[in-house]
Amino acid sequence: MMKKVALNRRTGRLSQMTDTNLLLTITIVVFFAMYLAAMLFIGRGFLRVQTFLNILNENAALIILSCGMSLVMITGGIDISVGKLTALVCMSAAVNLDYNGGSILTSILIALGIGLAFGIVQGYLVAYLDIQPFIVTLGGMFFAKGMTTIVNATQFNVQNEAFVALKNTRIYLPVGSVNRLGKFVPAYVEIGVVVAIVTVIVLFILLRWTKLGRSLYAVGGNSQSANMLGINVRRTKFIAHLLCGLLAGIGGYVYFLHVGSGAPSHASGAEMNAIASSIIGGTMLTGGVGNIIGTFFGVLSLSTIKNIVALLGLDDAWWTNITVAAMICIFLVVQSAVLLRKKDRN
Amino acid sequence: MQKDSVLEMRGIYKSFYSVKALQDVDFTLREGEIHALMGENGAGKSTLIKVLTGVYEKDAGEVFLKGAEGAVHIKSPEDAQNAGISTVYQEITLCPNLTVAENMYIGRTKGFVTNWRQMNAGARKMLESLGIPARAEQQLGTCSIAVQQMVAIARAVDMECKVLILDEPTSSLDESEVAKLFRLMLDLKSRGVGIIFVTHFLDQVYEVCDRITVLRDGKLVGEYAIENLPRVELVSKMLGKELNDLSDIKSGDEEAHIGSEVIYEAEGLSSSAARHPFDFSIHKGEVNGFTGLLGSGRSECVRAIFGADKVTGGKVRVNGKDVRISKPRDAMKHRIGYLPEDRKRDGIVGDLSVRDNIILALQVLDGFFHPISRAKAEKAADEYIKLLEIKTASSDTPIKSLSGGNQQKVILARWLLTDPQYLILDEPTRGIDIGTKIEIQKLVLQLAEKGKSVTFISSEIDEMLRTCSRLVVMRDGKTVGELRGADLTQNKIMSTIAGGGK
Repeated sequence: MMKKVALNRRTGRLSQMTDTNLLLTITIVVFFAMYLAAMLFIGRGFLRVQTFLNILNENAALIILSCGMSLVMITGGIDISVGKLTALVCMSAAVNLDYNGGSILTSILIALGIGLAFGIVQGYLVAYLDIQPFIVTLGGMFFAKGMTTIVNATQFNVQNEAFVALKNTRIYLPVGSVNRLGKFVPAYVEIGVVVAIVTVIVLFILLRWTKLGRSLYAVGGNSQSANMLGINVRRTKFIAHLLCGLLAGIGGYVYFLHVGSGAPSHASGAEMNAIASSIIGGTMLTGGVGNIIGTFFGVLSLSTIKNIVALLGLDDAWWTNITVAAMICIFLVVQSAVLLRKKDRN
Repeated sequence: MQKDSVLEMRGIYKSFYSVKALQDVDFTLREGEIHALMGENGAGKSTLIKVLTGVYEKDAGEVFLKGAEGAVHIKSPEDAQNAGISTVYQEITLCPNLTVAENMYIGRTKGFVTNWRQMNAGARKMLESLGIPARAEQQLGTCSIAVQQMVAIARAVDMECKVLILDEPTSSLDESEVAKLFRLMLDLKSRGVGIIFVTHFLDQVYEVCDRITVLRDGKLVGEYAIENLPRVELVSKMLGKELNDLSDIKSGDEEAHIGSEVIYEAEGLSSSAARHPFDFSIHKGEVNGFTGLLGSGRSECVRAIFGADKVTGGKVRVNGKDVRISKPRDAMKHRIGYLPEDRKRDGIVGDLSVRDNIILALQVLDGFFHPISRAKAEKAADEYIKLLEIKTASSDTPIKSLSGGNQQKVILARWLLTDPQYLILDEPTRGIDIGTKIEIQKLVLQLAEKGKSVTFISSEIDEMLRTCSRLVVMRDGKTVGELRGADLTQNKIMSTIAGGGK
């Protein structure tokens, strides 16, 4: 009830916001409300800084993948190959490091190369041959899945010393908590988190202030109009898929850095989590609306709810799935309710 | 290229599959002139413009622009913008998810970065000078259609352009907005910009234009200075009828069976599509027609009668009793039938059988909880297939496999089955062969003899002359005349369409 009153009072401003900013605001508010509620009612781990940072550590790769997904979704497309692509990147990098005597540099180049290659091919098929992005990336998904097993069929942990050192690198922060013995334990993040945050910032700037970024929104809003307004629609779509592929390469390597192994089953379902995060973050499947900061908070919301479910002792996989599904539904309903309300006012 | 022209198009051809949309069309635009491009729907105006702006690629022909050496090749709207051609399209081609300011500037700024502050300031200035009631930061989708159209115009005129194309920009604007637009056009004209103006509104053409090019069926009819082309001649050139061979003899006996009873009467009726309120009434056994150029509002009027668009005002009486018709079902309950203009979109249900299509309207009247029995449906379908000579393999055949004329007969059967007292036929003969056309005309006259009232709309004036005993003439969404008896001649109709024989 109180919320409704508050909403009423504020709709004057709400109706002036663009859809993108409105959905972004909702996402951020919901995330903080949820985390605060978890701190108040569950307490325990949620009161420690490290718990929050672990969410980042666990999900750095997903953040990067979701950013790429959001770019494509803003243009009105979708890319369901990124999960399997991550597995392929992990496996290729692992094989390069342990069997082919590669270095960290060569493995990074391989990761980026694979991502870029997928992005270019898929982007070309979508943008210049007008094939449905779902179909193209479905093909990409199967291809990546098959290639992973060809590169190496079994799981193995990487032994390369330089890599293991890099994997275990922790960046300590000046904050932390005091343990039971009264000793200060500083909080830390992994390297992947830094990469993820840099990615978020770069893409945020790209979407907000560059011509390319604005073109992505225009194409998603109405590609025919965008064409008439003098935007090169095909090139824009191509670049969106290219960036998504490249980000899958980067995200794949960050994932690799987190788990330190290659396996065909790595990152299974990551593409669906990326889509879910984008949607929770206020990106609309119909295109034209979305925000990278929202996607960032989308990933955090998704994993926070998973953590809450786990801490409540409902640690079975189906409970997680059910809550995530419920959450997506609630978000979609809230989004469309707010957007409809706004439309009525005008 | 002539000295004072900014744009010349020579021998333009364009076809879509087998349809020839443009054949050997020439067009010349001079510096500082407003040039009207006229023609009925399907004449090729929009195609010509889309060829010029790079939306479609031409099959043959050359385009010359002032300041460019030789023929220019415009392959995309981007190229057109860079060549100094800016366009406002008939349909709004802006992005609803972006802000007003972005829509004005996107795709035409230099550099890699978007400067929001500069863009918003520029947009604010432009919005203010044109008196557009929108904020620069507002999302375009939240603006009314008229405002969106004004934003599109603002975008087009803000560009440094040599050629400005306005493709029916005024259809969603009110009078004061149109006046604003005209002031703007005259201002640009005085700065030497060549303006191509496409519109259905004849008054607007004679108000601002200097020259007229007429197209018909994808071919060039001619280019005329406005003072040399009176309205009547313009209309006859658009319709392709010479004035002198338009004699037509009316028998005049159609009025014999018109009863005194008024079946349907509307006072000040208006709808979301037909904005100007109109009065209309029809007697028992009368066949009347609405005529006017396409876009004159004739279909909108009958749709308002049937409640097909949102009815916004007016009083309606059926059989002398006050009634409310706000949706098609209300109209059907008062035994009014409506055969829509767009058969494919509003008429047939393609995958259903001929029989199911025939009983559809009756089924709706009965309600879906009282299904019509198979036997009854079978009987009705067979009866009308025989009566209207519908050529179909069986009543089970899906309607989409029938020819256009036979589909039309099925839709006609659908309404006849509901036994309407008043039947509205909007372009029932479009796109069907001549034999079927005559059958439908005969059927209309038979219905009238049986005491049914019919409103008949057709683009072909001879057809209306043959069937109607009274014609309502419309122009620019308003009723401009009502003709009956001896006045029902092609000459008279065309001069009324054109506006009092000016």
